[in-house]
Amino acid sequence: MAIIAIASAILTIASRHAVRSAMALVVHFFMLSGLYLTLNAQFLAVLQILVYAGAIMVLVIFVIMLLNVGDEEKSKNQFQAKQYIAVGLAVTFSLVLVSMFIANFNVRQFDPAMSISAGTVQSLGKELFTNFLFPVEAIAILLTAAIVGAIVLAKRKLN
Amino acid sequence: MLQSIPLEYYLVIAAIIFTIGTIGVLTRRNAIIIFMSIELMLNSVNLTLVSFSSFFGDSAGQVFVFFVMSVAAAEAAIGLAIVLALFRAKKTVYVDEVNILKW
Repeated sequence: MAIIAIASAILTIASRHAVRSAMALVVHFFMLSGLYLTLNAQFLAVLQILVYAGAIMVLVIFVIMLLNVGDEEKSKNQFQAKQYIAVGLAVTFSLVLVSMFIANFNVRQFDPAMSISAGTVQSLGKELFTNFLFPVEAIAILLTAAIVGAIVLAKRKLN
Repeated sequence: MLQSIPLEYYLVIAAIIFTIGTIGVLTRRNAIIIFMSIELMLNSVNLTLVSFSSFFGDSAGQVFVFFVMSVAAAEAAIGLAIVLALFRAKKTVYVDEVNILKW
């Protein structure tokens, strides 16, 4: 599952056509949802498919269809050198990150019973409506503002 | 099943996906694909949060992932609206052809 997740992530950024990379991203989201299931996070696994593979990807594909962009052609200016530098920096960063994870963590004993209770809808809902009540309200305001902002941006003529 | 997978495994996967997302943001020119790469990066951070949360048996991390998801949804709506407005104004979605903020 992890291998498919990484392969579809690479396909997302590697394919020339936007629709193809969107399809690879949908596969990636499903694989990630499966990884959440192996971690006993059932609620987030369902939410991952609903929000990402459902809502966000529909929005992205809708915009791709609306704009009707074709294959990405090569840039005219000297973009290649910058690209290689960027890839080199990113790979170095990931090597540092991976080596840090492998070197510094002592393997912690995993308690399945504890994580099963942590991932259920019941415990998450309890957390959301007791300890995290104010952030939930703030998120509601943020989403409202985002909807209004998106409508305003999409309607107005930019000049 | 769970005891056989160590925590580092998830963290390394998340790091690799984050790096792929970074490379995508830095190298692609299509604004929509840059957008999808940002989603990849957000998702890898979510994976890290979920793995820590379930390995320590604390649901606060998963609540945090919930908030990250809603912020990502808001960001997707706004970002795609910006791409639409940009395409209407400049007839392009390639970020290196957009230089109206350049002085």
